[in-house]
Parts: sequence; structure tokens; C-alpha cells
Amino acid sequence: MSETLSAIISIGFHGLAFAMVLYLISVGLSVTMGMMGFVNLAHGVFAMAGGYLLTGFMRHFGVPFLPALFATAVAAALASIPIERLLYRRLYGGDELDQVLLTMGLIFIATAGATYIWGPVQQPLQPPAWLSGEINVGFRHFPAYRSFLILCGAALVTALWLGLERTAFGARVRAAVDNLRMAQSVGINTSRLFMTTFALGSGLAAFGGGLGADLLAISPSYALQYLAYFLIVVAVGGLGSIRGPFVAALLLGIADTGFKYLLPEFGAFFIYALTMAILLWRPRGLFGRA
Amino acid sequence: MTSRLVDGFARRHRYSVLEALPWLAAFAGYFVFPSYLALGAQILATILFALSADLVLGYAGIVTLGHAAFFGTGAYTAGILAANGWGEPITGLLAAAAAAGLLGLVSGLVVLRTTGLSLLMQTLVVATMVAEAANKASFITGGDDGLQGMEVWPIFGWLRFDLFGRTAYLYCLIVVLLCWWMARRIVHSPFGRSLTGIRENVRRMHAIGAPVSRRRLMIYTISAVLAGISGALIAQTTQFVSLSFLSLERSGTVLIMLIIGGVGRLYGAFIGVPLYMIAQDRFSTVQPVYWYFWIGLLMVVIVVFARGGLLGLFDRFRR
Repeated sequence: MSETLSAIISIGFHGLAFAMVLYLISVGLSVTMGMMGFVNLAHGVFAMAGGYLLTGFMRHFGVPFLPALFATAVAAALASIPIERLLYRRLYGGDELDQVLLTMGLIFIATAGATYIWGPVQQPLQPPAWLSGEINVGFRHFPAYRSFLILCGAALVTALWLGLERTAFGARVRAAVDNLRMAQSVGINTSRLFMTTFALGSGLAAFGGGLGADLLAISPSYALQYLAYFLIVVAVGGLGSIRGPFVAALLLGIADTGFKYLLPEFGAFFIYALTMAILLWRPRGLFGRA
Repeated sequence: MTSRLVDGFARRHRYSVLEALPWLAAFAGYFVFPSYLALGAQILATILFALSADLVLGYAGIVTLGHAAFFGTGAYTAGILAANGWGEPITGLLAAAAAAGLLGLVSGLVVLRTTGLSLLMQTLVVATMVAEAANKASFITGGDDGLQGMEVWPIFGWLRFDLFGRTAYLYCLIVVLLCWWMARRIVHSPFGRSLTGIRENVRRMHAIGAPVSRRRLMIYTISAVLAGISGALIAQTTQFVSLSFLSLERSGTVLIMLIIGGVGRLYGAFIGVPLYMIAQDRFSTVQPVYWYFWIGLLMVVIVVFARGGLLGLFDRFRR
């Protein structure tokens, strides 16, 4: 009995950690897709860049973990601005196929670039000393790094939700997601809003990618390899929603961890089947608007 | 005015001299490049794959990221048959076509209920599911190592697949020609016209009473059949199938090849595929990494500057 309980706690814990990473990476994708109607397959590139930047800052420049993590997010956010201005903006409201091609092209470029600079091997993340080892919470031990990851994710999620609900910027984002034309008519500068949101989403993705480097291993094929996960979170959660992807990430994170633990011989098969079932039931996702 | 329109419309059905060009080139290729026939056979089979993608993408306007599922299913069907004692190539092709078509029909029933991003997602998920299934069923597919030990019998019992790819080349050429002819008839039939109508304006097609979802499902299945045949051709001529046949990269690159040539014009595949594959053959053996860099760059450039691909540029130039 206690063994079962232990397994459940373990699946819940690791699943939660995985869900946090998935959510941090995917939430920006959900908002940009919902707001601009842009199929951005290259979103994972920013998460991958986050992983590379974080390990690079720490290993080669000796930056401590936390400052390196924030520097990573800021660097990715800034780097995403010219990309949005020069490439993405041309295709807003355009042909889906063009968007798919452009972002696939960006994935290929990023994959080749990462192989060129860092080589084909995985980049391991060395957590700082204060995060290695385990935390004792009385009845059992939890790995310190993943506990930190969950807390960090929870704090960011709260900040994000509060920001979206309580600030003027958040109100503008919601307005643009709800009705773009109306938002433009009442004088919201949607072009600038797109840019800011895109940068914010990319920064969050880099943050998530860096933080979750030990869950989603950093290698050149990252953007393509985990693309299905990010898209599933967004599609199941519902486009343009902030909460939907969180529920979807929780579902995906815990189910994936559970299935891989209980039925390793089926791998990720159930996750995909579950996704199909949910999308059949609700084609616009759990929290998508009809 | 009306008569010119009708005339232009009717003229599109007729075979023009230009249409014979790719086939003459392919036939000439057999004599001109005898040492590249193995690559040539692969190019021909991949043209069919791109053509099948063009049917759903260019004509029905269904953007899919999972077309490799049908290609790989066809390849594995033919491959598994040949590896388990049934190496007859033509029945192998038919079995592959049936298997891929069945997958297309069943997945289409699910996937085509939606549009846009959700559709894109679901095609991706279906392909990933098939790839995962093939990976896990390694006792029959060979898993990561690929399917080995295929033995393909001679065609009709007497045309042996030789080392230089002569038989393979002609075999692919004839099969692809037949499939192209079929695709051309479909595209110019009333059914094909109604697909273009669905792509351009779904609401109006609903309004005039066209059975939109059934037509979309039909073309999706037909396209899956052609993709399956293409995969089977490659499996039979190279005698090898691997998990990469089902990968997302495969689904992506077929779109690229199609875009390079031009979407929705049936001949885009004949330009884009040879260009892509010959360039890949030349450059990627040195450094596959750089190859993807240049392809990625090319995709970005095409989207930004040359929508419509090379044939689109040609049209613009002619006007």
C-alpha cells in the first residue's frame, strides 16, 4: 500500500515539475497564436536557446545560476524582437502554409547553428551546490532542484496571471486576443503589443527551457523533437488562453510521467492518443472559445 | 469575354506540349546518366510523394504536418511483406496503397473534422503516433535499426532489380507516370474543381450544397494512397526502411520540395524534388549540418520573396 502511495507521490511530483516547464515554454506560444493567429512552430527554438545560453553563461563565464537564468530570459526576449519585426510581422493574418514554412526554416537554421557552435552532444545542466541533493520534508525526500523548479514555476505563473488580470498591459493583451479589430479601433497600438507579447513569450520560453534543461535535454534537435509537446499543450489548452495551457500542461506532464513509469513499453503512445481524444471531443481545446 | 473564359477553362484540360517535358527528361535521364539511376529512382518516387502532398495541400488547402505517416506506412507495408517471404513487387505496391489508404481514411475521419491549427496539430499527432507505434513494435519493424532483410522478387518474375538501378528507375518511372495521370484526371474532374472551390470558399461550397467533408475525406484518402505507393517504391528499390520514413522531418521536407517548385499546379513537384534531391546529394554528404542551414535559409527567403515557388516566378516573368 505505502509503495503505491509512494509511486503516486513520485509521479505527481515529477509530473508537476515537467508540467511547469511545459507551461513556461508554451504559454507564450498560446498567447501569440491566439492573438496574432500565427502558427509559430519555431517557438521551441527560443526554449532551446535558453538552455544553451544558461549552460554557456554558467560554464564559460562563471555566472552564478540565478543571475544566469534571468540574463538568459532577457537575452532571448531581446533577440526575438528583430525576428518578429523582420520576419513574423509580414505574415500576420496571412497564409498558414507560409507561416509553417517560415518557422520550419527557422528551426532548421537554429538546429544547424546549434550543431555548428555546440556540437551534436547534449549540454548537461550543472545545478548550483545549494540546489543539488535532496530536501527532507519529514515523511520523504524530494530532489532539491526539481522542488526549486516547481516553486519557481508557481511563482512565475502567479505573477503572469496577476499581470494579465490586473495591469493595463494585461487588459490590452486580453482585448487583442478577444477581438483584434475592436482593440485597434479603440486605439490600442497592436503592432507594438504584438512585439512586446512576442518578446515576453520568447523570454518565458527561454526561462523555461533553461530551467528545465534536465527534463527536456538540450541538444540541437530540441526544437523539432519537443515540438509536438509544445503544440499539444497549446492545442489542448485552447488558443489564446492563459489558464488552458496550464491545465493542459498539468495533464500532459502528469500523464506522460505516469504512463512512462507504469507502462514504459508503450512510451509516449498514450499521450498522443489522449490528445487525439480530447481534440475530438473539443476541437478548440479545453478552454478555447467556440 | 465569356467565350474566352470558357475557352481558357477547357484548354486547361487538354494535354499541352510542356507537360510532356518532365517525362521526356526523365526518360532521357535513363540514357544520359546511367550511373545515377539509383538516385534517379529515388527522385521519381519522391516526386510522387510531393505530388500526393500537393493534392491535399495545393488543391484541397489542407495544411498537413503528418504526410510522412502515409509514406512510412506504405514503405513499412511493402518492406515487411518483402522481409517475410512475399517479395512480389506489384502486389506489394497494392498492399502498401491499401494500408496507407486505410490509415488515410481512418485518420481523415478524425482529423478533418477540424480546420486550421487544430487540424495541423492533429496531423502531426497522428504521424507521431504511427512513428511511436513503429518504434515500439521493433519485433516486426526493426525499430531504431531499421527494417532489414528485404528480398524483392523480379517484376513479373523476370525483370530483376539490378545493382545499377536500371530496373528500379524504369519501374518507378512507369508507376509514377500512372499515378500522375490519375492525379491529373482527378484534378481536372468536377470533383477536383469542387476541391478548389472548397479551398477558396468553404461557405459558398456549403451553400451550393457540395458535400464538403466527404470530398475532403476522399482527396485525403487518395493522397494517402499515392503517398503509400511512393514509400513502397522507395522501400522496394532501396530494400531498406527506417523510422526516418515516418519522421516529422520527412513531412516537413516534402512541403519544402513542393514549395520550391510551386504548390497547387501539379508540376511543382517535378521541379522542386529533383532540385532539392540533387543538391542534397551533392552537398549534404560533406556536411549534413550545413545542408539544413541552407535549406532553412532558402525556406525563409522563399516565403519572404518568392511565394509560389519557381513556377510562380516563371509565371510572373511571363506576364
